[in-house]
Amino acid sequence: MTIKTDKAPDSGDARPASETAAPEALKAIPVRHYGRWVSAVLALAVLGLLINAFAQGKVNWGTVPDYFFDGDVLRGVRNTITITILSMVVGVVLGVLLAVMRLSKNPVTSSIAWFYIWFFRGTPVYVQLLLWFNLGLVFEFINLGPIYKDYWSSFMTPFLAALLGLGLNEAAYMAEICRAGLQSVDEGQTEASHALGMSHAKTLRRVVLPQAMRVIVPPTGNEFINMLKTTSLVIAVQYYDLLQATSNVGQTSGATVEMLFVAAAWYLVLTSVLSVGQYYLERRFARGSTRNLPPTPLQKVMKANLLSFGNRQAGGTA
Amino acid sequence: MTATPMVKAEGVHKSFGAVQVLKGIDLEVAPREVFCLIGPSGSGKSTFLRCINHLEKINGGRLYVDGELVGYRQQGNKLYELKDREVAAQRRDIGMVFQRFNLFPHMTAVENVMEAPVQVKRETKAVARERALKLLDRVGLADKAGNYPSQLSGGQQQRVAIARALAMEPKLMLFDEPTSALDPELVGDVLDVMRDLAEEGMTMVVVTHEMGFAREVGDSLVFMDNGVVVESGDPREVLTNPRHERTKSFLSKVL
Ligand SMILES: Nc1ncnc2c1ncn2[C@@H]1O[C@H](COP(=O)(O)OP(=O)(O)O)[C@@H](O)[C@H]1O
Ligand SMILES: [Mg+2]
Repeated sequence: MTIKTDKAPDSGDARPASETAAPEALKAIPVRHYGRWVSAVLALAVLGLLINAFAQGKVNWGTVPDYFFDGDVLRGVRNTITITILSMVVGVVLGVLLAVMRLSKNPVTSSIAWFYIWFFRGTPVYVQLLLWFNLGLVFEFINLGPIYKDYWSSFMTPFLAALLGLGLNEAAYMAEICRAGLQSVDEGQTEASHALGMSHAKTLRRVVLPQAMRVIVPPTGNEFINMLKTTSLVIAVQYYDLLQATSNVGQTSGATVEMLFVAAAWYLVLTSVLSVGQYYLERRFARGSTRNLPPTPLQKVMKANLLSFGNRQAGGTA
Repeated sequence: MTATPMVKAEGVHKSFGAVQVLKGIDLEVAPREVFCLIGPSGSGKSTFLRCINHLEKINGGRLYVDGELVGYRQQGNKLYELKDREVAAQRRDIGMVFQRFNLFPHMTAVENVMEAPVQVKRETKAVARERALKLLDRVGLADKAGNYPSQLSGGQQQRVAIARALAMEPKLMLFDEPTSALDPELVGDVLDVMRDLAEEGMTMVVVTHEMGFAREVGDSLVFMDNGVVVESGDPREVLTNPRHERTKSFLSKVL
């Protein structure tokens, strides 16, 4: 043999080469995770049984894709998205306000906030929805002086009842989330900001809130996803949401159960989209809190490809 | 002295609940003076410093900065508390540097320095950025402008904090143990920046345990203990020939 290889360190004339080359890769038998295999097989078996049960059941699966993009269903989807976003906007804006009021030194404002949170957290949202819708029994008219005057029943549309019912309830929960966030910011931050001549309001907006966001955003994402699902209750005030749309279609076409699956699938699609959005939002508000942000899944894929490509090249030329 | 003192304290009292922390502080800081404040932990040095820019409200006495009453307006013999906006306006002229830096962690170094000029003085971002970069250069951190505080060492963070305070062009700078939270090898850089500042004529009140700095840079020195001024005078004099027993025993512990 005249060919020198550095893969044979025991051969005498290869020794100088092996001293300069990279050390041989460590070979070890990895720990066997038998538990993982067992649990995976069990899970697959259960899944198979479930699929079998559903396939044999009296569900006409063919109608599910047929109705997925039905005009009425899509209108319900649009309405569900609208009411979710608007209720969350009401909830977040009012929640921040309530949190600031709750932490205020003024005993009147902090008591008002306390009372609000006490009431709206202490009663079921379903009851609140019904109350808004039926307040006409208490107030026959709504009278805002010269600006607006109408019967309560024609003022309180299903949309407005749904928005108030969901948004005002959400505000109570958001207030608690925001309060925790505001209190998580170090007092030295407020002091430094005040020492620079920034007012209370500026300090709150520029220094405290952006840092509180790191604590506020993750639970708010959960609230958003919860809200999307809670909107299915607005059937109580006759708002035409996704669930209302699918049950209407189900009743007229006779495919009641199938339409429930259509609804479930749409809710899953929407909550999945929200989860992705939440991930990127959390990343954005983590700025400055860690030395290096972790890569996004997309960046991870890119990096993995580049690395393996680089390795192959290095291996080829070594 | 004919010039208005930059800081004037007359019988300043401060208590937290039932605990009296400042028990009648009288002192004057002249313009362009480097005024050092030393004393054992818990003697009320930080509290006094925080009273100067009204981060703490005093319970008795009077505190003036550049001839103006801090935090109050006097009409006849009645005192009126100033509104939030008016207090903020007074603080614009007083820079403060904290022991734990207190940089804004969600902003880069240059954004930290720009923040107050843009938000408080309504400077345009371009103008504020240019000045902020100059200030960072002055504290030796021109290349760290884009770093977040978590990406800077303690000494670098403290120098950014000094630049941030200077961006408001204050007439008085307060330093609360600016080097106490630093690794020993990083103390020098911060003290160098402070020394330059003193040479340029900035009025400074410095709470410190760096006796070398007090001796070299300080124009006057006060030893505080238990909420009162025990001894004051020329730093070299007080540090080498303390007259009071309490000063002597404190110095013997730190020197
Ligand atoms: N916000 C506060 N509430 C109650 N006590 C305080 C507060 N701040 C400081 N103190 C007390 O005041 C005393 C003086 O504190 P400080 O001014 O920080 O001393 P120094 O800076 O000289 O170490 C200490 O006993 C401290 O516990
Ligand atoms: Mg202190």
